[in-house]
Amino acid sequence: MRVHLYGNQLMLRAVTVFAFSLFCIISFGHVDPAFGKDDGVTSIFSPLAQPAQEIKETSILVLAVCAVIFIVVGGLLVYGLIRFRHRAGDEASEPPQVYGSNQIELAWTVLPILIVFVLILVTSRTIADIQNRKPPPGAVQATVVGHQWWWEIRYPELGIVTANELHVPASTGNSHQPTFLKLQSADVAHSFWVPQLAGKTDLIPNKENRMWIEPTIPGTYLGNCAEYCGTQHARMLIRVVVQSPEEFDRWVKDQQQAISGASGAAEDRKAFFANSCVNCHTIRGTSAQGKFGPDLTHLMNRETLGAGAVTNTPDNLRLWVRDPQKFKVGCLMPNMQLTDQEVNQIAAYLQTLK
Amino acid sequence: MATQEIAIPADGALGSSFVDRLHDLVITVDHKKLGLMYIGTALGFFVVAGLMAVAIRLQLVIPVNTLLEPDVFNRFFTMHGTSMVFLVGMPIIAGLGNYLVPLMIGTRDMAFPRLNAFGYWMFLFGGLLLYFSYLGAPGLAGHGSAPDVGWFAYAPLTGRAFSRGTSTDYWILSLLLTSVGSTVSAINVIATTIALRCPGMTMMRMPLLVWLMLVTNFMILLALPGLSGAQIMLLIDRYPGGHFFDTQAGGSAVIWQHFFWIFGHPEVYILMIPAFACLSEIIPVFSRKPIFGYPIMVGATAMIGLISVSVWAHHMFSVGMTSVGNTFFAISTFLVAIPTGIKIFNWIGTMYGGRIRFELPMLFCIAFLFQFLIAGLTGVMLAVVPFNWQLTDSYFVVAHFHYTLVGAFLFGIFAGFYYWYPKALGRLLDPRLGLLHFWLFVIGFHLTFDTLHFAGFLGMPRRIFTYDAGRGWDTLNFIATVGALFQATAILVLAINIVRSARKGEPAGNDPWDAWTLEWSTSSPPPDYNFATMPTVRSRRPLWDLKHPEDPDWKYE
Repeated sequence: MRVHLYGNQLMLRAVTVFAFSLFCIISFGHVDPAFGKDDGVTSIFSPLAQPAQEIKETSILVLAVCAVIFIVVGGLLVYGLIRFRHRAGDEASEPPQVYGSNQIELAWTVLPILIVFVLILVTSRTIADIQNRKPPPGAVQATVVGHQWWWEIRYPELGIVTANELHVPASTGNSHQPTFLKLQSADVAHSFWVPQLAGKTDLIPNKENRMWIEPTIPGTYLGNCAEYCGTQHARMLIRVVVQSPEEFDRWVKDQQQAISGASGAAEDRKAFFANSCVNCHTIRGTSAQGKFGPDLTHLMNRETLGAGAVTNTPDNLRLWVRDPQKFKVGCLMPNMQLTDQEVNQIAAYLQTLK
Repeated sequence: MATQEIAIPADGALGSSFVDRLHDLVITVDHKKLGLMYIGTALGFFVVAGLMAVAIRLQLVIPVNTLLEPDVFNRFFTMHGTSMVFLVGMPIIAGLGNYLVPLMIGTRDMAFPRLNAFGYWMFLFGGLLLYFSYLGAPGLAGHGSAPDVGWFAYAPLTGRAFSRGTSTDYWILSLLLTSVGSTVSAINVIATTIALRCPGMTMMRMPLLVWLMLVTNFMILLALPGLSGAQIMLLIDRYPGGHFFDTQAGGSAVIWQHFFWIFGHPEVYILMIPAFACLSEIIPVFSRKPIFGYPIMVGATAMIGLISVSVWAHHMFSVGMTSVGNTFFAISTFLVAIPTGIKIFNWIGTMYGGRIRFELPMLFCIAFLFQFLIAGLTGVMLAVVPFNWQLTDSYFVVAHFHYTLVGAFLFGIFAGFYYWYPKALGRLLDPRLGLLHFWLFVIGFHLTFDTLHFAGFLGMPRRIFTYDAGRGWDTLNFIATVGALFQATAILVLAINIVRSARKGEPAGNDPWDAWTLEWSTSSPPPDYNFATMPTVRSRRPLWDLKHPEDPDWKYE
């Protein structure tokens, strides 16, 4: 005996429950996209800067349009499934055979065209608004260079080079102070994404991209590299530190200071300069002028080591110097096979780089 | 045209030992055997690539998990993506086309049976070559391993400076091989459809599935050369020292992305249209009505085919195109939503006024419709360029395209499995196990992929092997992993069902679903020659005409 599922009321109920719960989940998500807001430090729906704010407004509009379409079409589907389900006794005959209707086809072609037209207008307006913005006089200019797997940050006009933490001033009520970024890559493609500040822009070798951010609220904003760039793509975090204009100026002054060739204990300094650290790292004001790894000039001002791999504490610093592969396997800084004494001396010297 | 009663040749006639059967598979040029071989092999790769996905989900179940090394994780998502597209999706399409097109247009085999076999073996060897990389692609340290550059293989990560060893070469060469297979198979389906239709079957009387397969295969011919060309250029970069994508020497990394997506976006529709094709056959039969707006459906499919070759750069909104470029690709992407919407409306129109039977193939179609609706709407969101700047390369995109490729493509293919399995093997799949498979898979699918949309909203980027706690992603990732386990269980149930029902399933008879297209007029499984006498058709539903001589279709078409 064939098992027929179609006479089964339970099945119909299950399908309806499925459709309804799906509907609830999706509508809930769409109506309240800030779901998980409390711990959403990188939620695209809690923007704290332009252009993220403008993107959010456009997004909410699009979500609303899509939610309406979902409700209408999903509703038609559910209604059709219930209304036109197979009932006992239907086996005897077939329903009327309808082949189509040009009027109906026209209706459900024109309606989507109208919706699409509106979306095109909204989209092109926002694109032009964000992409074609010109830097006002006095805007901070920074260059971000992607490396496997860290960020080099340069302020050519201010003579500052740092890594992994981009400091920018906040715009205050009466003065707009956006930061304009030039994005470059030293090796493969990366992508700069700090969700609360702006959307993504890729860093592509041999192609210079631009983007801008205009945050208003001081704080540290977290982001990730968003384009797959090899082994440690996951551990390529970026921090944007937004400071009040005065604090930013102070930070700039600090960063512009070179390091005295006499900083730190002589033994510690010697351990650093006698090893191959200097081949890859720069410490401004000293003979360390390597370009391959991050600039270490004001290392102690940074919150993390290894582009967000671990927090920058004296213990972690020592462990990092001993074997970076422990924290970030595959990273391009090898285990230098240092002795315990050398590790301690180098870490002690690095801690003087304030 | 009459219903054929044809005895199935006894097993002994062909030799029944294992070696004889294997020998038969190796030398066969029969479109039905090749079709099933395509699908069977694809299911094998599906299980392997699916297990990789489970491993990926297990690695992400908690923050800072150490189950998989970063490189192992990166290889897994590369192999998962590459396999699912080239070794699962593409051969399933080829298998369905091979098996069904000749039966549906009333002919005895494909136009080029030997070419057909050649296509299958190219695909199989291409697939094996890709997996052989685990043993045969020595890296710098001399141990073999698989490609880890992502299925999209963005330059210059694939250059020799960043991808040492030969794993990327395995990726290139194996895909070139499978592309040869896909190309000849596409030519074959097109030639068969155009040249071998039975008497009376004009183009506008072909079952919709055949139309959709025709469009898909034209798209394969149009799209694949973009990828193959780029792969050959990449090989030239890697060995003779070309500089197409070598940015250090003035090459362009962006041009690779253009080449890849000129292939990659049509590819999405190449996969989706055969799933649409299954729906367009199954929904009418289980609604007991002909497809609503047949000519419109044909036109909408052709429109999707045309528009989809002009939307590729919507994968590249963050690479820094000009505002004009971004606007152009946003518009073309919105436009493709229109014919896609028309198709959904026509399926719903087919159900309206019908008597819907909730058999298994239909259940999968219904789930498809809900899920494809959502996939389409998240696609519209991604077309809004500023929104896309936030969403691209985040888990939202992962959720979106798994909604398309699992929630829609795979559900459509499952619908097709349950629908045509009785034709291919002569026995019905067990409906109780089928229901279990359906519900486990639906629940698992929604646990995993509904959740991942929100991970994207919360800023979780793709392709990261781990993440720190405290960013709001923990719970979502946990739920997604639980969902993956549900899906894996569902596939296990399906596998049991396929194997068990092949022996113990209820005999299907010629026409278990009371359907209307030609394949149901012959025995199940069909004999080698398909039809004892060539059928003649007068309408799109020849079996309807036969069953309802008082009210035949040809009076109205």
